[in-house]
Amino acid sequence: AAAMSMNADLRRERAAATFQPELLTHILDGGAERTRRRKEIEALVLNDPDFQHEDLNFLSRSQRYEQAIRKSSLMVMKLREYGIADPEEIYWFKSFVHRGRPEPLDLHLGMFLPTLLTQATPEQQDRFFMPAWNLEIIGTYAQTEMGHGTHLRGLETTATYDPSTQEFILNSPTVTSIKWWPGGLGKTSNHAIVLAQLYTQGQCKGLHAFIVPIRQLGTHEPLPGITVGDIGPKFGYDEMDNGYLKMDNYRIPRENMLMKYAQVEPDGTYVKPLSDKLTYGTMVFIRSLIVGDSARSLSRACTIAIRYSAVRHQSELKPGEPEPQILDYQTQQYKLFPLLATAYAFHFVGAYIKDTYHRISGDINQGDLSELPELHALTAGLKAFTSWTANAGIEECRMACGGHGYSRCSGIPDIYVTFTPSCTYEGENTVMMLQTARFLVKSYTQVNSGQQVTGMVSYLNDLSRQRIQPQHVAARTVTMRINDPSSLVEAYKARAARLVEAAAKNLQTELNHRKSKEDAWNRTSVDLVRASEAHCHYVIVKLFTAKLAEVSNAAVRAVLTDLCLLYALFGISRNAGDFLQAGILTSAQVTQVNQHVKELLAVIRPNAVALVDSFDFHDVHLGSVLGRYDGNVYENMFEWAKKSPLNKTQVHESFHKHLKPMQAKL
Amino acid sequence: SVNPDLASERQTASFSVEKLTALLDGGAEKTRIRRAVVQAIESDPVFSRENQYFQSQNERYEAAVRKAVHLQKKMHEMGWTENGPEYKYIYRALSGDVAFLLHRVFMRSISLLGSDKQIAKWIPLATQHQIIGSYSQTELGHGTYLQGLETTAVFDITTQEFILNTPKISAMKWWPGDMGRSATHTVVFAQLYIHGKCYGIHPFIVQIRSLQDHSLCPGITAGDIGPKMSFEHTDNGYLMLKSVRIPRENMLSKFCEVRPDGTYVRQGSQKINYFTMTSVRIAVISDEVLTPLMKACTIAVRYAAVRRQSKLKPGEQEAKILDYQTQQEKLLPQLAAAYAFHFINDYLQELFDRGYREIQRKNFDMLPELHALSSGFKAMITHHSTAAVEICLRACGGHGYSLLSGLPSLYTKILASCIYEGENTILLLQTARFLIKCFMAARAGHPVPPSVTYLATVKPGKCPAKSKLDFLSPDIYTEAYQHAAVRLISSTASKLQDLIQSGVKKYDAWNQCTVQLVQAAKAHCHYITVKNFVATVEKLETKAGIQRIMKHLCDLFALHGIFSNTGAFLHDGYVSAAQMDMVTASYLDLLAVIRKDAVPLVDAFDFTDKSLNSALGSYDGQVYQRLYEWAQKSPTNKMSPAYEKYLKPLLHNTLSKL
Repeated sequence: AAAMSMNADLRRERAAATFQPELLTHILDGGAERTRRRKEIEALVLNDPDFQHEDLNFLSRSQRYEQAIRKSSLMVMKLREYGIADPEEIYWFKSFVHRGRPEPLDLHLGMFLPTLLTQATPEQQDRFFMPAWNLEIIGTYAQTEMGHGTHLRGLETTATYDPSTQEFILNSPTVTSIKWWPGGLGKTSNHAIVLAQLYTQGQCKGLHAFIVPIRQLGTHEPLPGITVGDIGPKFGYDEMDNGYLKMDNYRIPRENMLMKYAQVEPDGTYVKPLSDKLTYGTMVFIRSLIVGDSARSLSRACTIAIRYSAVRHQSELKPGEPEPQILDYQTQQYKLFPLLATAYAFHFVGAYIKDTYHRISGDINQGDLSELPELHALTAGLKAFTSWTANAGIEECRMACGGHGYSRCSGIPDIYVTFTPSCTYEGENTVMMLQTARFLVKSYTQVNSGQQVTGMVSYLNDLSRQRIQPQHVAARTVTMRINDPSSLVEAYKARAARLVEAAAKNLQTELNHRKSKEDAWNRTSVDLVRASEAHCHYVIVKLFTAKLAEVSNAAVRAVLTDLCLLYALFGISRNAGDFLQAGILTSAQVTQVNQHVKELLAVIRPNAVALVDSFDFHDVHLGSVLGRYDGNVYENMFEWAKKSPLNKTQVHESFHKHLKPMQAKL
Repeated sequence: SVNPDLASERQTASFSVEKLTALLDGGAEKTRIRRAVVQAIESDPVFSRENQYFQSQNERYEAAVRKAVHLQKKMHEMGWTENGPEYKYIYRALSGDVAFLLHRVFMRSISLLGSDKQIAKWIPLATQHQIIGSYSQTELGHGTYLQGLETTAVFDITTQEFILNTPKISAMKWWPGDMGRSATHTVVFAQLYIHGKCYGIHPFIVQIRSLQDHSLCPGITAGDIGPKMSFEHTDNGYLMLKSVRIPRENMLSKFCEVRPDGTYVRQGSQKINYFTMTSVRIAVISDEVLTPLMKACTIAVRYAAVRRQSKLKPGEQEAKILDYQTQQEKLLPQLAAAYAFHFINDYLQELFDRGYREIQRKNFDMLPELHALSSGFKAMITHHSTAAVEICLRACGGHGYSLLSGLPSLYTKILASCIYEGENTILLLQTARFLIKCFMAARAGHPVPPSVTYLATVKPGKCPAKSKLDFLSPDIYTEAYQHAAVRLISSTASKLQDLIQSGVKKYDAWNQCTVQLVQAAKAHCHYITVKNFVATVEKLETKAGIQRIMKHLCDLFALHGIFSNTGAFLHDGYVSAAQMDMVTASYLDLLAVIRKDAVPLVDAFDFTDKSLNSALGSYDGQVYQRLYEWAQKSPTNKMSPAYEKYLKPLLHNTLSKL
C-alpha cells in the first residue's frame, strides 16, 4: 500500500495527551538506556531481510513450522555474531524474530541447555554441552505424559538399571505413559532429557532425569525402540512441534543419567542426592516470567482495542452530530480502561517478582533461603491470578473490537491462543492457587498459636488483635478515602484477612468432623482458592501503589495514579460482595465506589491512546491491522484480505468441481 | 469396551437417561426422528468431519461446498423436505459444517421483503440452486448502526435502473457468508437516492458473478476476507460496487417501491422487520449456542471422570479429577446453565410462536416485549455460554488445548455468537430501554407486558431464610433475584431522572448510565431464567427421578448466580452477611450431590461420538488410546521439507551456508 499519513483521530488523541509517552516507556523498560537498547535490538531484527516472510495467518501449520525453524537457525547464528549474551537481550531478540510466538528451539535453549548446566556432571557436560551449544545436538525436556501433568509422582515412564550391561532400560509401559506435549520433540530434536521412575536393585527410587538420544544423527530417523512424532493440531502454537515419545526396551548407557546430585553406581547402588533447593528457585523464575508475559499479552490486546476504538465511529450519541468514536461510549470505556490499568499493574508486579527473585537468589548462593517459601507461595498464586485475568482480558479486548476482532487480521486471536496455555503449563492455575492457600493457612495457624508472621502475610497478625473486640464486623469498617490508593490498600488487606480467616475456619470445621485431612482440604478448596485470590489481589494493589512513589515526573505520576485508583476501585466494585459481607464497606461506600469508577473512566479517556503508545509495540511485533500505529485500518484490512489463500485464484476450484456439476444436473 | 471409570458413573444414575433425553427433545417420537437423521448423515462418508482439524481453510471450504451439494441429493434420497419434521435436525447432525447457509438467508429475505412477483421470479431459481445467494448488509465501517451504512443506490429515471456504488473503502460490504467465493447473487442493503433525496436503507438484488463461468460481473470486486478464528468452511466475503446498474424491479418492494417516474411509495407495516430479527436471535440460541455448550459439557465432564490425577487419600488410587471440589465448581454450574438455557429457550420459542399467531392477526402488541426479551436473552445466553465453553476447555488442562479435544473449535465458533445478530452490549441496552420504559409505566399504574409486571410490585423487606436449607426453596431464591432486578432497574431509573432534572441532556444522561443499564438488563434476564427453571421443574413428572435431579440443577443454577455475584444481593441488605454464608454452604453441598449424576446428565444430551468429534469426550472414555491414534494421522507426521531444508544444515553445523 502507498504510504499513508496518520489517521486524524489518532493524531488528535496523541496531541491531547497530558504526559509524554516516552517517559512512561522508560519506566516500563527499567530506564531510558534499556529502552534505547531494546529499540536497537528491535531494529536489528526488523530491518534484517532474513527475518521477513509472508503473513503467518496465510500459511499452513507445516509451513509455519518451517518458517519458524528457518528463523530459529538464523537467530542462533546471529545472536552469536552480534555477541548478544544478556538473558533479557536474548529474550528481546527472540521475541522480535518470532513476534511473541513460541518457536521449535524454545525447549532446547530454555530447558535442555540449562538443565545440562545445573544437573550434569563435568564429564557429562564435556560430552553433551558443546555439541548442544553448537546445535549438533538439539534437545528437549520430556516430563509431561499423556496421563500425568500436575502430579509428577504419578509419571509412569520407567528406567530400569541393568548392571550386567551397565545400561538403563527405558520403557513407556502404558498408553498413558507416552510422553506428550514436550515442545520441539515432534520433529526437531535428536535428544531428550527424559524424566522417568528409576528402578535399581528391584527398588523404585523416584523420578530422575536421563539424556536420551531419539533420532539418528545424520538421517534424523527415529532410533530403533523409539516412536516419536507430532501430537497434531492445537488451538495455537502452530510453530511448535509439540511431540510424543514412546520407548520400548530402549537402552542407554549408565553415564546418561544426569548425576550431579543423585547417582547410580556401576553395581546398581543408589546414592541419594543432597537436598536440592535450586529447583524451587527455577520454578519461581519461570512463574515470574509468566507474570511478565501476562502483562505483555494484555498490553498488546489493549493497544489494539484502544487504538481501534479511537478510529472506529459508530451510531450517534447526540442527535444530529457525526458518529462518535466508539471510545466515547461509557460501556466501551468500562470494558477497556480497567484492563489497561490491569496491564500496568501486572507490569509492575512482574518487575517486582523478578527483582525479588534476583535479590533472593543471591542469598541462595550464600545459603539464606528464609524468604524462598513465601516467594514460592506468592509466585504460584500470582502466576495463576495474572494469567487468568489476562486470559479473560484478552478476550474482552477482542470482543470490544466487534466483528473485526474475530478476523485473524486483528491479531487478537493469535495473542489469545498463544497466551491461554499459560493458565495450564508450569502449574495448573487452580493447583497454584491451592499452593498459595497452603501457605496462607499455615501462616494463619502460626498467628493463631501466638507467633508473628512477616512479609506480605503480616496483615494476618492483626486478626488476633481484632478478635478481642466482640463486634468484629462493625469494627472493621474502614474510613476509606476514595482518592487515596493507600487507603484502598487497607480495604484489600481487610478483605484478604477476612477470606483467609473464613477459609481456615471452614477447614478446621471440616477437620473436626473427623474427615481425613485430604478430604477436609478438598471440601474447603473453593474457599481456599477465594482466599488466595484475595491475597494476590491485595499484593497487586499494594505493589502498584508503592510504584507511584518511585515516579519522579509529575505528569506521568498523575496518570499512573489515575490508573492505580481505577484498578483498585474497579476491583472493589466487581467484588463488592466480599467487602459488604465482611463489613469492610457500607452499601453507601460501594455506591460511591461505583460512581467514582465511572468518573475515572472519563478522566482517563483523553490519555487512553498515549497510555497504549507507551507500551511501545512496533507494528510488526503487534501483528494487527486494527492496532496499527497510524490507524489506517480499513485500507489495510482490504490489502490484507486480498492476500488470503482463498483469493489465490479468481474462480475457486470448487466451482468447477462441485457447483457447476450441481447446476448442470438440476 | 467402555472405560470402567465411565461405566461405574452410569450404573449409579439416579434417573432415567432415556426419559431425560426425550424430555429435552420434546417427546420420545422426536428423539426417534432425530436419531434417524443423525444416523443417516453420519453413516455417509461425505459428511465425515474426522479430518477437519487437519484441513486448511481452502480444504474446509471445498468440503463444505461438497457437503452442501451432496445434501441436496441426500434429502431427495431420504425423502426429507424443508417442511418435514426431519429438517431441523439436519443442521445439528452436520454440526453446521456446510456451505450455503447465507443462501438460505438470501431466500428468506426475498420471501419476507419481496413482492409476490419477485418471490415468483427468484425463489424457484434459488431453490434449484441455479443461483446462489448471499446477504450483504454489514460494511467495513458499519455493523451495529445500520443507518450509517454508506453503500448507495441512485435511481436513474432515464434507464429505469438503480446505480449501486460503494463510494469509499469503509462502505465496502464485509463479512457476508457464501459471498467470498460461492455466491452469484446477493441482497445488498444501500441508501436509496431519488432525485438527490435520500430515503434510507433498502434491499436490492444484485448479480455479482457470471452464471456461465463464475467470473465477477463488470463493476464488481469481490473476494474472501481472509482467515478468522473459526468458520474456516465459510467464505465470508467482501464486495465493492462501482456503478453497477440493476433494473428497477430488483429493489425488494413488499414494503417500499420506487415507481417508474421516481415516486417513492411506502406500503404495509415495517414492524414485521423487527419480527425477523427476533426470529433470527431465537434461532441462534438453539442452533449456535445450546448445542456447542452441551457438547463442551459432555466432553469436559466425561474426561473429568476418566482423568485421574493426584491422590485425595494417601494409599488410595489417584482420584478422578471430577472428585475435586474445585473441578466440580468449574463444570457443574455450566451443566446447570445448559439445562437452564434449554428451558428458557423453550419459553422464548413458545412466546415467539404466540407472537407470530398474533401478528398474523395484525396484532403487533407483543412485539416490543418479544423484541426486548429476544435481545436480552440472546446477549445473556451467548455471553454465559461462551464463558462456559472456555471454562470447559481450560478444565481439561493441557489436552483441552489440542484441537483433537474438539473444544477449541466449539469455543471459537460459539464466541462469534456474541457479536453477530446484534452486538451483546447494544442488545442489553435495548432490553434496558424497554425495562426503564415499563418501570415508569408500572409506577404510574399503567399496564405492562406480562414478563415485567413484577416491576410494579416492590416489596421492601428482607430475605426470610433462616438456615442453609431454606436456600433450597425456590421461593426464597426467586424472590432474591426479583428483588435484585427491581433494585437495579429502579435505581438506574432514578439516576437517569436525577441527571435529566439537573439539566443534563437526555442522550448524555443515557450514556452516563449505560454501565448500570447493562447490569439491570442482565439482572432481569437472570431473574426470568431462574423463575422459568423453577416453573419448568414444578411441571415435570415426578417419575423416573427426573424432577428431583432437575430441581437440584435449578437450585445449583440459582445459587451459583448468587454466589458469583454476592454484591448485587448484599447491597441493600436484602440478603445479610450471615445468609450469604448459608448460600455458599448450600451451593457447595449441591456440587457433591450433582457430582453423582454428572455423567448421566451429559449422556442425556445424546451426542454421538462423531458429532462430538473429540478424543476426550467419546462415550466409551478410551481417551488416551484415541488421542494417540488420531495424532499419528496428523499431516505433520508426514515427512516435512523442513528437515532437508533447514534442520539438516543446522544439525550439521553448516549454518553459514544458509
